[in-house]
Amino acid sequence: MAWMAWTWQTAAFFGIIAALLITFTVLAIKFPETPRTGVLRIETTRGDRLFITLLGSAFINLAWLGLVGENQPYALGVCLVYAFAVFRWV
Amino acid sequence: MEKTVNQKAWFLVLPVLLLVAFSAVIPLMTVVNYAFQDTFGNNVFFWAGLTWFEELIESDRMWAALGRQAIFSAIILAIEVPLGIFVALNMPKKGFWASFCLVLMSLPLLIPWNVVGTIWQIFGRVDIGLLGYTLDKLGISYNYTQDFYAAWITVIVMDVWHWTSLVALLAYAGLQSIPDAYYQAAKIDQASRWNVFRYIELPKMAGVLMIAILLRFMDSFMIYTEPFVVTGGGPGNATTFLSIDLVKMALGQFDLGPAAAFSLMYFLVILLISWVFYTVMTNLDKREG
Repeated sequence: MAWMAWTWQTAAFFGIIAALLITFTVLAIKFPETPRTGVLRIETTRGDRLFITLLGSAFINLAWLGLVGENQPYALGVCLVYAFAVFRWV
Repeated sequence: MEKTVNQKAWFLVLPVLLLVAFSAVIPLMTVVNYAFQDTFGNNVFFWAGLTWFEELIESDRMWAALGRQAIFSAIILAIEVPLGIFVALNMPKKGFWASFCLVLMSLPLLIPWNVVGTIWQIFGRVDIGLLGYTLDKLGISYNYTQDFYAAWITVIVMDVWHWTSLVALLAYAGLQSIPDAYYQAAKIDQASRWNVFRYIELPKMAGVLMIAILLRFMDSFMIYTEPFVVTGGGPGNATTFLSIDLVKMALGQFDLGPAAAFSLMYFLVILLISWVFYTVMTNLDKREG
């Protein structure tokens, strides 16, 4: 494991993603759903919306870093708003 | 007939999951770990936070490489897709010549990337290459090691030579699947050649064309070997595409941290574009089905 150069921050990052994936898998098994069509005019399931959220969040963080450049944790706030919007309307 | 839903089948993909974990997920995790740290060797790492990401976003180097990459992908798509469709439309539909054309078209696809690079590297040389020598004798100045445009034209023509057949073969497969009844109906309506293409052939090819565009986009966006062999990213930085720049950074300068941050951003862009393509593709299928 030493060659992978782990830090607690990156471990926490992957831990959260793993936890999200497990949560959504359990949700999908316990509460099956039918895909719906949202503002993007594409059919999405909860898993799709999670993917859109995570990928979008990565770009939000990069954009924040490039445009604002400081107070990076606030970008996570934007991500939360984005996540809410995605789960509500996409 | 209704398909039976059996989620237990997912357990059968566990071995694949294990393989993917070792070949993709664990290396990717390592790259993420590297991206936030600095090292001077000996596997000793120091926390660097977001430094590398900040540095890269503000550097011209990555944006320039990204720009060149986008232009390259756009140009080869703009040439290969129409050309591939054109070739497919003109290929014989059956008989000996159909098989002959299929074999001929698939030949470039069977040649390894570095061999393609070497072929064109020699082909374009002014002293011994057929193309370079001929152009030189015709009085056209052509030197891909020194001239910006010559280098770009060589790399683009090489990619078109190598990969147009893929688009053509996919488009051909799409064309072959159109039932004769469609053409007969068009004949009865006295549809022009253009209308047959526009309203019958193109919609029927849409699915395979999307796959062709996706494959060609991804491959060209990650291109490394051919330009590396032919131009080495030169002259200057003229043909230094993303992968070439990344390898220079990671292995040439051994800047593991910035290179890891670079790879992650590269990966994100590819992931985003693939997702868009995939979504469009599956939605096209649904609308057709």
